[in-house]
Amino acid sequence: MLDVLRSMLFVPGNNPAMLQAAGVFGADAVILDLEDAVALREKDAARFLVAEALQSVDFKTSAKVVRINTLETGGEEDLRRIVACAPAAVLAPKVQSAADIQAVAGLLESLEQPGQAPVQIIALIETPRGLAEAYAVATAHARLIALAFGAEDYTAALGAKRTRDGLEIMSARSMLINAAAAAGVAAIDTPFTDINDEAGLRADVALARQLGYKGKLAIHPRQVDIIHEVMNPSAEEIRWAQRVLAVLRQAELEGAGAVSLDGKMIDAPIELRARHVLKLAENNPAGGAEQ
Amino acid sequence: MKNAVGREIPAAAAGYGQVAAFAGAFQTTQPLRRYAPLMKQARPGDDKVLDNLAEVFKRIPVKDGMTLSFHHHFRNGDGVLNQVLAVAASLGRRNLNIMISSIFPVHAPLIDHIRSGVVGGLDTNYISGPVGKALSQGVLANPVIMRTHGGRARAIEAGQAHVDVAFIAAPACDRYGNVSGTMGPAACGSLGYAMPDAEYADHVVAVTDYLVDYPLAPVSIPQTRVDYVVAVEKIGDPKGIVSGTTTITKDPVGLKIAQSAAQVIAASGLLKEGFSFQTGAGGASLAAADYMARIMERRGISGSFAMGGITGYLVNMLDRGLFKRIIDVQDFDLEAVKSLATNPNHLEVSAGYYANPFNSGCVVNMLDTVILGATEIDTDFNVNVTTGSDGIIMGGSGGHSDAAAGAKMTIIVANLLRGRLPILLDKVLTVTTPGETVDVLVTEHGVAVNPRRAELASRLKDSGLPVRDVHDLKMLAEKMAGVPVAPTFDGRIVGLVEYRDGTVIDVVRQAGG
Repeated sequence: MLDVLRSMLFVPGNNPAMLQAAGVFGADAVILDLEDAVALREKDAARFLVAEALQSVDFKTSAKVVRINTLETGGEEDLRRIVACAPAAVLAPKVQSAADIQAVAGLLESLEQPGQAPVQIIALIETPRGLAEAYAVATAHARLIALAFGAEDYTAALGAKRTRDGLEIMSARSMLINAAAAAGVAAIDTPFTDINDEAGLRADVALARQLGYKGKLAIHPRQVDIIHEVMNPSAEEIRWAQRVLAVLRQAELEGAGAVSLDGKMIDAPIELRARHVLKLAENNPAGGAEQ
Repeated sequence: MKNAVGREIPAAAAGYGQVAAFAGAFQTTQPLRRYAPLMKQARPGDDKVLDNLAEVFKRIPVKDGMTLSFHHHFRNGDGVLNQVLAVAASLGRRNLNIMISSIFPVHAPLIDHIRSGVVGGLDTNYISGPVGKALSQGVLANPVIMRTHGGRARAIEAGQAHVDVAFIAAPACDRYGNVSGTMGPAACGSLGYAMPDAEYADHVVAVTDYLVDYPLAPVSIPQTRVDYVVAVEKIGDPKGIVSGTTTITKDPVGLKIAQSAAQVIAASGLLKEGFSFQTGAGGASLAAADYMARIMERRGISGSFAMGGITGYLVNMLDRGLFKRIIDVQDFDLEAVKSLATNPNHLEVSAGYYANPFNSGCVVNMLDTVILGATEIDTDFNVNVTTGSDGIIMGGSGGHSDAAAGAKMTIIVANLLRGRLPILLDKVLTVTTPGETVDVLVTEHGVAVNPRRAELASRLKDSGLPVRDVHDLKMLAEKMAGVPVAPTFDGRIVGLVEYRDGTVIDVVRQAGG
C-alpha cells in the first residue's frame, strides 16, 4: 500500500465524522493525526478513536498512516494503542536524529503481534537539526521508508518568513530530497497551507515534482485531486502495476494460490493499488511522464 | 387503504375530504376543468390604495373560515403573514385557513394563532422551524396539507383549493396594483409562486413598502387582478430575503459528493449541446453546478436552460454562455435579482408554468437532469424530505417531487451517514417523492442506480464511477453506524403529504409528545 504515495492526507484523529469519511477522497495515504491536530486534553480520546477507525473504517485505496506524538510527549502511549490495529506506517514528528527512529522502531518491534506485517516508519523532518541529520535518519532503520518535510516549524526555527513561492525553503527541500535519494527512500514534500489557492498549490506541487519529490502532504481533501494531477503516476509505476496484474493473471491461469513479484507477496491491497494506478493512468492521458 | 408506495392512507380526512390514494407518478388524471376566477370590475376614478390592513379586512370583508393565501419569496425575512394574522386576531376573526407556499422560522407566531383559534387550517409545501414541530405535536386539529410547488398551482388552478383572499408581498407596487419583485428595499426577484394566487383568488391585496408612480414596469403581477394596495412600513427583512452572496460548500465530504454528481451527469450521456438542468441553492448543489460548469467548458457545451433556486452562480453560468436562458420562480441572492431585472434571457415564470402536472406542459418536463437532496432515502429510492428521523416535520417537497417527476435523470445527493445515522434505509419514515421518479443516489461512499435504469447503471460503470447496489451501500452504512431502530408513530394523523397530482402519497402522524 505504500508503493505509491503521491498524496498523504492529514485527518484529525479527534474528529469521528472526518475519520469515517477519510477514505472517500482517494488520497494514496491518510494520516490519522494524533499530534498537532489534537489538543492535549483530547489525546486519549483521539487514540481511542484512531484505534477504532483503523479496525473498522474502510479507507478504500488509501494506506493507513498514523502521526504519533514524539516519544517524549505521548508517542509511546500512541504506539501502545495503535500498533496492534495494524497501520501500514507511523509518521514520526520532529525527528532530530537516527536514534529517534531507532527508538520508534524498537517500540514497534516490541508491540507488534506475532504474524503482523511490520509497521513502517516515515520521518517528518521539521527542524534545522533534523535536516542536518537527514541522511542518518534515512538510513537509521530498515523500517524507514520515507522522509517527509514540514516547512512551517522549520522556517519558524530559522526565523524565516513563509512565502507563496517558497524560496526560503528551496535549500531545505533540496537537502532533504538528496538525503532521501542517497538512502534509497522516498521523499514527501511539505503541505501547501492556503487551501483556497488552487493555482498556488498546483505550482508548488509542480516545483516539488521537479525537485524529485514523489509525493506531498495534504492538509485538506480538496488538495488531493490537484496533487494527483501534477504527481501523476510515472511510467515506472504504470509498468509496476501492469506487472502486478500480469503476474496475477498468470497465477490465475496456473491455479496458483499465493503469488509474489520481486520477492514481495501480492495481497489484495497490492492488487487494489495496482488497479488504482492503472485507473489513474487511464484518466490522465497526459501522465506517465518519466521522472 | 394502501397506496402504490405501500403506505396506509385514510379514505377521508378532516378539513380535506375524500382522499385519493397515490397510484403512481403518472397514473392519476382527473377530468378537471380549469377553475373560472371571479370576474371583477373597477370604475374610472376608483382608488385601490387603502390605509392599512384592517381596512382591507373590512372592505372585502374577510370573514371567519375564509382561505387567505401567501407566498414565500421572502423566506425567513417575510413580514406579511405575521402582520395580516395580527390584524385578523385583533379583529376577532376565527378559523381562517392559511395557504402559504412555504413556512419559515419567522412565522412562529402562527403557532399562537392556531392555539387561539384564529387559524384553523394550514396548507403549505414546505415547513422549517418551530411551526413544523408544533404541528407534529398536534397543535392543529385538522391535518396540515403538504403539497408540492406544482401541486399547489394545480390545486388553485383547478379550484380544488379555493383562495378567498390572496395577499401579495409586493417589493414594488404602483397605486393601481401593478407589482414587481425586482425593485424596492425588499426586492426578492421572481414572484412566480404568487402568480396562481393572484390569477385565481376572489380578492387580491398587494402589500408593499415601496409605492411607485403609475405605471410600474416591468410588471410581474398585473393591475387587472389586484383589487387593493396597502402600504405598510416594512414588508420584510432584506437580510432574511436574499443573501448578499451565496457560496459553495467548504465541507470536504459535500464537495466530494458534488464532484461525483457532476461526474454522473458527465457520464450519463445527457451532457451535450442543449442540456438543461435544475439544482437547489444550497452550498452542495452549487458545488455540483460548479464542477459541472468546468466539464461543460472543457467539452465546449452550452446548455439550453437552467432553473431552480436562482443564485449568482447560475447567473454567472448564464453570463459565461454555459446556458442560453434561466427560468426562474425564485431567487436567492442579489446577483440573481439584478439579473432578472436586466437580462432578457432570464425569464420569470409562474409556479404553474414551472411544475403544474395538469397543464399542457410545465418546465420540469423539459429538464434533462435535476440534483436534489434527501433527509432519508430507501432501497426502493423513495425519498423523505418532509420529516426528520424523529418524526418531526422539518421540510416538505417544495419542488422536489415535481422536478424528480419531470427530469430525464433525477440525482439525489446525500451523505451516507448524517451525524451518526445512516440516511439509506429499508423504508423511509415519510414518502415525499416516489422512488420510480428517482434515478441515482450519490453518496461519499459510492453511487447507486435505480434498478429501473439498468442502461444508466452500465453507462456509469463504464465511465469508472463507483456504482454499487443500493442494498450494499445500505449495509456499508450499517456496518459503520449500526442498524437504526425504525421509529414508529401511531398517534393521529397531523399531516397529509399530497403528491403533485392531488393523490395522497403518505401521512404524518403525531410525534414528539
